[in-house]
Amino acid sequence: MNVFKRIYAFYYTGFKEMTVGRSLWLIILIKLFIIFFILKLFFFKSDLSDCKTPREKSNKVIENLLNY
Amino acid sequence: MVLSALIDASRLQFALTAMFHWIFVPLTLGLGFIVAFMETKYYLFSKKEGIENSEKAGLWKKLTKFWARIFAINFAVGVATGIILEFQFGTNWSNYSWFVGDIFGAPLAIEGIFAFFMESTFFAVMYFGWDKVSKKFHLASTWLTAIGANLSAVWILIANAWMQYPVGMEFNPDTARNEMINFADVVFSPVAMNKLFHTATSAYMLASVVVIGISCWYLLKDRNRIYAVKSIKVAAVFGLISAVLLAYSGDGSAYNVAKHQPMKLAAMEGLYQGGTAAPLVGFALLDPDKEIGDGEDPYLFSISIPKALSFLATRDFNGFVPGIDDIINGGYTYTDRNGNEKVAVPFEQKRERGLLAIEALKEYSKAARTGNDSLKMSAASALEDNFEYFGYGYLDSAEESVPPVALTFYTFRIMVTLGAYFILFFIIALYLHRKGAFTAEGKKVKWFLYLAIISVPLVYICSQSGWIVAEVGRQPWTIQDLLPVQAAVSGVSASNVYTTVAIFFVLFTILLVAELKIMFNQIKKGFENIK
Repeated sequence: MNVFKRIYAFYYTGFKEMTVGRSLWLIILIKLFIIFFILKLFFFKSDLSDCKTPREKSNKVIENLLNY
Repeated sequence: MVLSALIDASRLQFALTAMFHWIFVPLTLGLGFIVAFMETKYYLFSKKEGIENSEKAGLWKKLTKFWARIFAINFAVGVATGIILEFQFGTNWSNYSWFVGDIFGAPLAIEGIFAFFMESTFFAVMYFGWDKVSKKFHLASTWLTAIGANLSAVWILIANAWMQYPVGMEFNPDTARNEMINFADVVFSPVAMNKLFHTATSAYMLASVVVIGISCWYLLKDRNRIYAVKSIKVAAVFGLISAVLLAYSGDGSAYNVAKHQPMKLAAMEGLYQGGTAAPLVGFALLDPDKEIGDGEDPYLFSISIPKALSFLATRDFNGFVPGIDDIINGGYTYTDRNGNEKVAVPFEQKRERGLLAIEALKEYSKAARTGNDSLKMSAASALEDNFEYFGYGYLDSAEESVPPVALTFYTFRIMVTLGAYFILFFIIALYLHRKGAFTAEGKKVKWFLYLAIISVPLVYICSQSGWIVAEVGRQPWTIQDLLPVQAAVSGVSASNVYTTVAIFFVLFTILLVAELKIMFNQIKKGFENIK
């Protein structure tokens, strides 16, 4: 068996034989979904996301720092 | 008022997230090494011949597998909780995030690489690899998982240390970013080195207490005695070494704070009017009506150790330690980071220079837009001359430069008292172990078994208190002297931030309950079902 097949088999059996790990993976996936698809998309937009280029970002931050 | 509400909301959110994240991180950092040590014992016994060695190897293998399972659950529970912090940088602290960008970028990128490649790769071998890879490779993977977890933390702590002691960078007025000019200065700054040492040893101490606490629960239930007793021995030795080193690095940490963040030290001590031969407050009740500059005694009552604060802060029993009023008024002599004797600048002068720096940045930007090179050069020069006090230009009064004294003062005492208690705790654990008190007749030390269980929440309180001292004590600065929270915060609405605080709180509490249930179930199952 070549090295890639062995690595695949290693992970495949590993995941297949998991017991507690299954519940943990489920929780991790739920958590990642909440973080990336709910919190990030709807609540944590970057304040500088409307700036397209680093120059625009710099200008916006300079403006914020100067017009405090 | 609106800005104040926004700052409070953003700080609350960051504090809650960071504290939630820090519930899991220290156990991962410490337990990794405990598991690696246990597997090393297994490996060494498994190489020897004879039935006795084979039995010992079996015992250490079971110990390794059990604690590795607790390690994995804790790791899974904590995974990704730190990502929310990074979101907050962009959303709530965008000025800060941009201002520090290049300095934070390098350590965090290295952290990402280490976290992803090292931990994930060897973590998988550690769990899936029993009987599939050689014992030696498995052992190496366990050690590398533990080292990888600690290396990940190293880079985050370096970034944090830079915020407390900004070095190795230059401010670029064209981009409004601090650019790294000396990587070694950032990585090997005395504050970073001490922070790494102090945080790591605190994590090892925490993990040791958790292992002893869980083991003592088994002893109370009269289950898994042989495994519990071995675990207590390993954890007590590891814990005692860590707790002593923690105290040593804590002393170094206070010394660094005295040198580089004197206002934080003054808040930690509730010290308003400093002096030579300053006493260290052991225990005190702060007067809630105390105000800056009123000349009143800050304590309702206090028990102090004469001259100890001077010695801790200056390594001289008669050294001068400035209080809050002294730092605001300036005029005392101190040694700067280059070892030069200097006279402390009063707050008002720092503020004036901060305003000059901000004005220079304004002039520079205007000159850059209009292509006026001579104005640009003179503005750059003025900015450079006054940049060390840039952040003071955003403060309206001296009061704003003072951190919340009571919270810093009391959490510092909670941390130190509990830290000292844990040294004693590990000594008692080792003594009782040596006396055979944890063997079948161990019920006669029930008091210690209960104490060990109660100590588990206490060690978390100790650990969280340490971070509260470090982070609340440096307020109002997100970057010491350069960027206060007022200037670092984004232009989002406070109600939006409170909404996300509420969502975060509800969701993560539900997840935490589910995850802890899994952890407690595994602990309840014990060693019986470990093959």
